[in-house]
Amino acid sequence: MVGQNVAFAIIAAVMAVSAVAVVTVRNVVHAALALVAVLAGVAAQYVLLQAEFVAIVQVLVYIGAVIILFLFGIMLTRAPMTKNFHLDNNLRGWAMGVAALILGVLVVLMGDSFGDEEIGGGSPTTTSAVANSIFRTYVIAFEVVSLLLLAALVGAIVLARKD
Amino acid sequence: MLLNQFLILAAFLFCVGVYGVLARKNAVLVLMSIELMLNAVNLNLVAFSNRVGDVGGQVFALFVITIAAAEVGVGLAIVLLIYRNRVSVELDEIDSMKG
Repeated sequence: MVGQNVAFAIIAAVMAVSAVAVVTVRNVVHAALALVAVLAGVAAQYVLLQAEFVAIVQVLVYIGAVIILFLFGIMLTRAPMTKNFHLDNNLRGWAMGVAALILGVLVVLMGDSFGDEEIGGGSPTTTSAVANSIFRTYVIAFEVVSLLLLAALVGAIVLARKD
Repeated sequence: MLLNQFLILAAFLFCVGVYGVLARKNAVLVLMSIELMLNAVNLNLVAFSNRVGDVGGQVFALFVITIAAAEVGVGLAIVLLIYRNRVSVELDEIDSMKG
């Protein structure tokens, strides 16, 4: 249990620093690389939460596909690479206030609701259990998501096509 | 491990994402901040799945990952289209619908 808590603390610290880097660095590609660190950290937290299948899907889909899409987006929109170019608008103060307010409310509420509940005692979730759940309990939701993904991909091609 | 340590980490990620959406001007960076927020939600879903002992939370985390991929695809296509028409992805300059 102590080992798990130490692992959590290290990964969480890396994730927090990288997440702040995503929204503050002045270079768009560096922001994408910091996002990779956050996504990998989330995958590691899934492993700590005994959800191996979700962790693997996170690595495949997010780090493998979504980040590549982002890098293509950065490349095709010729994002500014110079250091003194403004990537932020003039709402920083307000944005920080709103974010701090939400964080404060959430932390107080969760401390109130869940106190010191322990988790992580059970055995790891097997992939077959996840598959059974998807294709029995949630099969209609699965089909709807498949249709949504198809529609989104066709829509993306129609939008980005040159004609 | 406490349930709360995961929930507070997810809340922090979500708030950083909110800050990014509000304070960033480049459309691609705003999409990245939205990814941060979606990941925070996923972390919550998986943590509660572990707490309740039901795989439903993990299944919905997988659904959210799928929808995030679709969202990035369509979002970047729209950003590309805006760039082609306006030669800029600065959200402050896209104000054609301002009254």
